[in-house]
Amino acid sequence: MTVTATPNGFHLNDAGRRVVVDPVTRIEGHMRCEVNIDEENIIRNAVSSGTMWRGLEVILKGRDPRDAWAFVQRICGVCTGTHALTSVRAVEDALKIKIPENANSIRNIMQLSLQAHDHLVHFYHLHALDWVNPVNALKADPVAVSALQQQISPSNPKSSPGYFRDTQNRLKKFVESGQLGPFKNGYWSNPAYLLPPEADLLAVTHYLEALDFQKDIMKIRTIFGGKDPHPNWLVGGVPCAINIDGVGAVGAVNMERLNLISSIIDRTITFIDQVYIPDLLAIAQFYKGWLYGGGLAGASMLSYGDIPDKANDYSAANLLMPRGAIINGDLSKVHAVDLTDPKQIQEFVPHSWYKYADEAVGLHPWDGVTEPNYKIGAKTKGDRTHIQELDESAKYSWIKAPRWNGHAMEVGPLARYVIGYAQGNKEITEQINFVLKTLDVPVSALFSTLGRTAARGLEAQWAAGKMRYFMDKLMSNIKSGDLATANVERWDPDTWPSSVKGVGFTEAPRGALGHWLKIEDTKIANYQCVVPTTWNGSPRDEQGNIGAFEASLMNTKVERPEEPVEILRTLHSFDPCLACSTHVMSPDGQELTRVKVR
Amino acid sequence: MSGAERKRILLLGIGNLLWADEGFGVRVIEYLQKHYRFPDQVQVVDGGTQGVYLIEHVQNAEVLVVFDAVDYGLAPGTLKRVENADVPNFLGAKKMSLHQTGFQEVLAMAQMLGAYPESLLLIGVQPEELEDYGGSLRPSVKAQIQPAIELALAYLADCGVTAEPLATEVELADPILNIGRYETERPDADSACRLGDERVVRSAAFEVRPPQPLTDALPIDVDYRGKY
Repeated sequence: MTVTATPNGFHLNDAGRRVVVDPVTRIEGHMRCEVNIDEENIIRNAVSSGTMWRGLEVILKGRDPRDAWAFVQRICGVCTGTHALTSVRAVEDALKIKIPENANSIRNIMQLSLQAHDHLVHFYHLHALDWVNPVNALKADPVAVSALQQQISPSNPKSSPGYFRDTQNRLKKFVESGQLGPFKNGYWSNPAYLLPPEADLLAVTHYLEALDFQKDIMKIRTIFGGKDPHPNWLVGGVPCAINIDGVGAVGAVNMERLNLISSIIDRTITFIDQVYIPDLLAIAQFYKGWLYGGGLAGASMLSYGDIPDKANDYSAANLLMPRGAIINGDLSKVHAVDLTDPKQIQEFVPHSWYKYADEAVGLHPWDGVTEPNYKIGAKTKGDRTHIQELDESAKYSWIKAPRWNGHAMEVGPLARYVIGYAQGNKEITEQINFVLKTLDVPVSALFSTLGRTAARGLEAQWAAGKMRYFMDKLMSNIKSGDLATANVERWDPDTWPSSVKGVGFTEAPRGALGHWLKIEDTKIANYQCVVPTTWNGSPRDEQGNIGAFEASLMNTKVERPEEPVEILRTLHSFDPCLACSTHVMSPDGQELTRVKVR
Repeated sequence: MSGAERKRILLLGIGNLLWADEGFGVRVIEYLQKHYRFPDQVQVVDGGTQGVYLIEHVQNAEVLVVFDAVDYGLAPGTLKRVENADVPNFLGAKKMSLHQTGFQEVLAMAQMLGAYPESLLLIGVQPEELEDYGGSLRPSVKAQIQPAIELALAYLADCGVTAEPLATEVELADPILNIGRYETERPDADSACRLGDERVVRSAAFEVRPPQPLTDALPIDVDYRGKY
């Protein structure tokens, strides 16, 4: 008998054909996914594996804690700022350093700009192609696209038939040149694509518009961070002095720069309101019958919270982005989350390629151990260097299995939104109700792939609005004469205790992120990152609970197993980030996703 | 040539400095920033593993010079230059960077947006070692930093732009990842595992292949033996 019931409520059956997707494309880093499908092509078992060793923690041992942010921002190409922020917060927590109000506002604006930026780029450039068919867009009638645009977003001035005809011609030239660029490797004849050509052309047009616009949002972090593309950070505040009267001052932020940031914030708000949200709703209309992909959504969700309103207060009441945990699908109770409680967050490794002295127990990150132990199970097909099929009954992933009070959890925009909704957060509830009403779907529709994608759009809108709030706060503080941006009282290691520990957290665009560190004799003694994709991409644990990616794929129907667009669609909805990266390039042969059906 | 002097030029290094020779492009940029001064029309940028976020820089450049570790299938440490239309073919075959948006895709996106450099030069080195997490450049690859810079400076000279070598090394704005400190403060192998995942790093798709002659290759003969 091959059916296994997991404690978290799923029935796994590995009897059917195995479909292997490796690597999963349009994500950060390396990931492999294997599923078993039954005779009706419905997924009955799912296995997700991080195939890249990410031992960042160990290369930080013995280094200066004030330097850690610069290393962690090299983990990958997208989460740079959010890792750096988490790192400086962890060091500040350990050394009891208080940052000035201006530094808090500037950090929040940088973090919110990353949220808005990352969500926008994810929707249009990484995820849209799971729903939108650019080849089909060539068949669209530009006059009808214009009418559609005016219907879904009357305030958007770029809506003439000529505008869409122009994009269509550019797209045509691109396709005819045989150089599909970002649109290659798609399953463009797959029946899983449901949009009419007009909606496809509308989305492709905005794919280009968003590509152009995202460059502006980035300038916010460049100005505050002093350089691009790897902004500077500072333990104790932010590394930018404010000199409002300065003219072209090097290293200082003057009025001209602040006004530029302010205008970019306004344009970001407009772009999301006029383009992103209307597109999201228009696409969702055609897919609202495709409600696969829920998994742990609505059942087990976790958020650490972020965006402290006042500086240095990291309690739930002061965090504008909600904090809490939902378990067993009970939305009437949001549990308190404590990152310092050794019982709450623990990482397990029975199915991960790491070694603990006792693998039946989990370790809190402060006591975390990152010791690689690569061995494959007896039922693996293939060998150590060329695995054809993983043996999920043994160790099968480079991702550890973090658990909150023993529960596998989903993190990310949908978790934050469901937790905010359950807490009665006014802004979040209004946004969610607007979407449910527009699409005419019940609350349960949120617990799906599409719900995850919708929550990300709503959060981008929220983040843009909050940038405006913190910009106004920063300006009024500056005008009242407070120009402080850094506190360097404890910069000198001679002022530090000999042994301390701290935790820093943020909500990265793709979910809860925590860094735990211990400092001994002014050097890093232990550093552990639990990243969002550790939560979502978690393998099984000792009890057999499956992780969020695995759960989300269960019971999904795959139209064509050799073209698993449904699997990619759901995995992409998490915005996975399996940090990163060797990118040596080869002149011959494109790296194509290998899909094997056995 | 008179108009050419005002051409906007971008010198861009890409790669992840945490993975040994993969950091070549970034280290070339560090060396340039420490040892040369350029006229205002030249930007010297450490692109790291960023993808889509680099589009603006690429779009603004009329002349683009990219430094990177490139798997040409040549002997480790071999330097090779590729120009213009050939560049995208050599880039991004194994896209493992920002959301798999390899630099090839950045070029394609810039082209779709209608702003693309007039001239493109890729200066790539064949890596020797990648599976050394937290490690630095191998001597064979490190020895190609200066030759790579010479190639770039000669190319810039053709555009009518001269770089001024600095008598003394300047300190970087953010010295934390400075190659010297990066190397000397590294934890030892016992406390910090240095290997990558065998399945990924040692699989055929990511293997640094043994040297094979490329019919269209134009290897540059730089003798670095004995220097390290």
